[in-house]
Amino acid sequence: MKKVLLASTLAAAALAVASGAQAQSREQLRGVGSSTVFPYSTMIAEEFANMTGNAAPVIESTGTGGGMQIFCQGVGVDHPDLTGASRAMKQSEYELCVGNGVDDISEQVLGFDGIALATSRDGKVFDISLAELHQALAAEVAVDGEIVENPHETWADVNPDFPDAEIQVMGPPPTSGTRDAWVELVMEEGCSEFEAIEALHESDEVRYEEVCQRMREDGKFIEAGENDNLIVQRLNSDPTAYGIFGYSFFYENQDSLQVVSIEGVEPAEATIADGSYPVSRPIFIYYKNAHREVIPGMEAFIEEATSEAASGPGGYLTDIGLVPAPEDQRAKTREAVRNGEHMSRYE
Amino acid sequence: MTDTTPSSFTTHGLHTSAAAQARMRRRYAAERRFRLYGIAAIVAALGVLAVLLFTIVSQGYTAFVNTEIELEVYVDPADFSFEGTTPTSEEIGAGNYRNLLSSALQENLPDADAPGAARDLRGILSGQAYRQLRETLLADPSLIGQRVSMSFLASSDIDQAFKGNTPRDVPEERRRVSNLQYEWMDYLENQGQISTSFNSNLFTQADSRQPEQAGLWGAIVGSFYLMLVVAVLSIPLGVGAAIYLEEFAPKNRLTSFIEININNLAAVPSIIFGLLGLAVFIQVFGLPRSAPLVGGLALTLMTLPTIIIAARASLRSIPPSIREAAYGLGASKMQMVFHHVLPLALPGILTGSIIGLAQALGETAPLLMIGMNAFITSAPDSMFSPSTALPSQIYIWADSSERGFVERTSAGIMVLLGFLILMNATAIFLRKRFEKRW
Repeated sequence: MKKVLLASTLAAAALAVASGAQAQSREQLRGVGSSTVFPYSTMIAEEFANMTGNAAPVIESTGTGGGMQIFCQGVGVDHPDLTGASRAMKQSEYELCVGNGVDDISEQVLGFDGIALATSRDGKVFDISLAELHQALAAEVAVDGEIVENPHETWADVNPDFPDAEIQVMGPPPTSGTRDAWVELVMEEGCSEFEAIEALHESDEVRYEEVCQRMREDGKFIEAGENDNLIVQRLNSDPTAYGIFGYSFFYENQDSLQVVSIEGVEPAEATIADGSYPVSRPIFIYYKNAHREVIPGMEAFIEEATSEAASGPGGYLTDIGLVPAPEDQRAKTREAVRNGEHMSRYE
Repeated sequence: MTDTTPSSFTTHGLHTSAAAQARMRRRYAAERRFRLYGIAAIVAALGVLAVLLFTIVSQGYTAFVNTEIELEVYVDPADFSFEGTTPTSEEIGAGNYRNLLSSALQENLPDADAPGAARDLRGILSGQAYRQLRETLLADPSLIGQRVSMSFLASSDIDQAFKGNTPRDVPEERRRVSNLQYEWMDYLENQGQISTSFNSNLFTQADSRQPEQAGLWGAIVGSFYLMLVVAVLSIPLGVGAAIYLEEFAPKNRLTSFIEININNLAAVPSIIFGLLGLAVFIQVFGLPRSAPLVGGLALTLMTLPTIIIAARASLRSIPPSIREAAYGLGASKMQMVFHHVLPLALPGILTGSIIGLAQALGETAPLLMIGMNAFITSAPDSMFSPSTALPSQIYIWADSSERGFVERTSAGIMVLLGFLILMNATAIFLRKRFEKRW
């Protein structure tokens, strides 16, 4: 018994020592980032590994903000080579990156992703405007020229043409890039149509942002976590509920879901690509240019990610719901990223 | 006793008055009610468990089979570019396999050259089907120029439709499988060319973006490494700590302080151990992210209190007579513990350790913190290479949009439950086999 104890303690110690020497080199690419970009980046990773025979990249789904935090920690094999983002890198994140020596970053527009407001096939769909969405979902809304706590209980309270059913919308939490995009594209656009709120724009900027951005917290808007499949399942079991999630989840579940059209437009490949569907945003992959020479296969990965076979029309990413960027934008981003040009967003 | 009649009890006895009888009835009724509550609680718990298992099994059992399509492929030498007389393996590997397969499909399916059928045709076979053909040809180059009959993996959409997981009776535009594809499926079924067979990918492949190719092997290997690290570290440390605290340590304020802390540690939420792993093992010691070693270290910290508590309880249950007898024969304290008490306590300690390990096997939260929820398409080859584990693989699949992952999530849960049952059964077996009753 003693010997066994001693032997295993020694083994444990040896293990701990050996581990210190590891982690100096890396054979495979490492990526982090948005859960929206995750299906696409992993698909590229798999195709890249199959085509080139390189070790398969390791990609983690951390959320856009979490990904930026990890990506911007520094340069070197201990830090990831790329991060996916469902919104552009923020100024503060860019400064964090530069502060940590990550000062040469390429930005690829991978394509577009729409955000759908959907319900089960048994539910009711209607055509809603951005202003009406703000009325239904914001914590504070403008009623008769006054800014008040959101009094709307049912969709019919917002617009008499809508169903007389309780407002119940499930959506992503604030850590999600989808939530950021929803707030920016729907809530902020919607609130600007009310004079009472617009008046704040001049007088009290902080208050203006609060009224425009804050989602209601009285149980009508339910933060359902990062797991979009969970929202899809809950919609199927409750036809009166609506859900906010990436277009790709609607695309996969068209047999059980239907979408609400916003400003008269339904999300579809065509309407997202030409921008007529108002709630669509570009999605990005950011690359560390300092890693290109060091990490084997990084150039080949970038080649794959920017290829027409991946992100072009009919590419394999469109099979899982990505909407390709317009041709000139694809060409521009391809050239910039392949040549390792530094992003110009905050120059 | 004299011959008092039963009626005299009911009329005269202290415990037989009408009031006493009413009290008696109330007490019996209270007991019956309590039993009913107990039974109701157990029935409710079993019911919930049954519903849970039923949902998982009914959703997941179809993932254990895969749809395969049998095709006769003419391996046209025109789809290769050969320089010399004997084809090299590079030349074979670089063949235009997608073209070979689509020609084979066109030959085998009716109306395959209809306008707009190309996209439907592309959606029949798995995106990786060409690798099956390539491997066959690499193994036997003499097949080039021949007709080869092979079973190819169907795409996930076809797989789901064939297994009846997605409905056919909805309008075409709401389906992932078109009318033409359904016609082809019917045709292939009549010809006996489409069938389901055991899904070996599920147990031999690592993760993939294509559900029909995705498997649990990477996660199983990752979980194995995790368990190895946890077992090697936490069992010796935990049992050693328990022996010292229980048998040797003086009973003073310091040891009771340590004891309280160990008990409290057992109740600390597991995500905290994940954060600790991230801050200490990855950021301070610079161990690689996503490595089973780091996950194992974090889980070791989580499992230690469980093992220490179980081992101490088991040591404490050894009767003093054993210790006294050992002392009586002149054994030292060390001999008493290691020759007599520990061997008798071993079944209990092993049971506690295995249950602690099983708990660690099913733990997800710490793994998310240290990046063991990454997308990794190959099984880890050491403790340092990035890997997932069974619970985090289930987490990744549950979060994927592709329909094929719904059943695979449930299948993953079934496999994980299988391992847990196996470990707990081992614990029960060891206890029954070696336990001594006093």
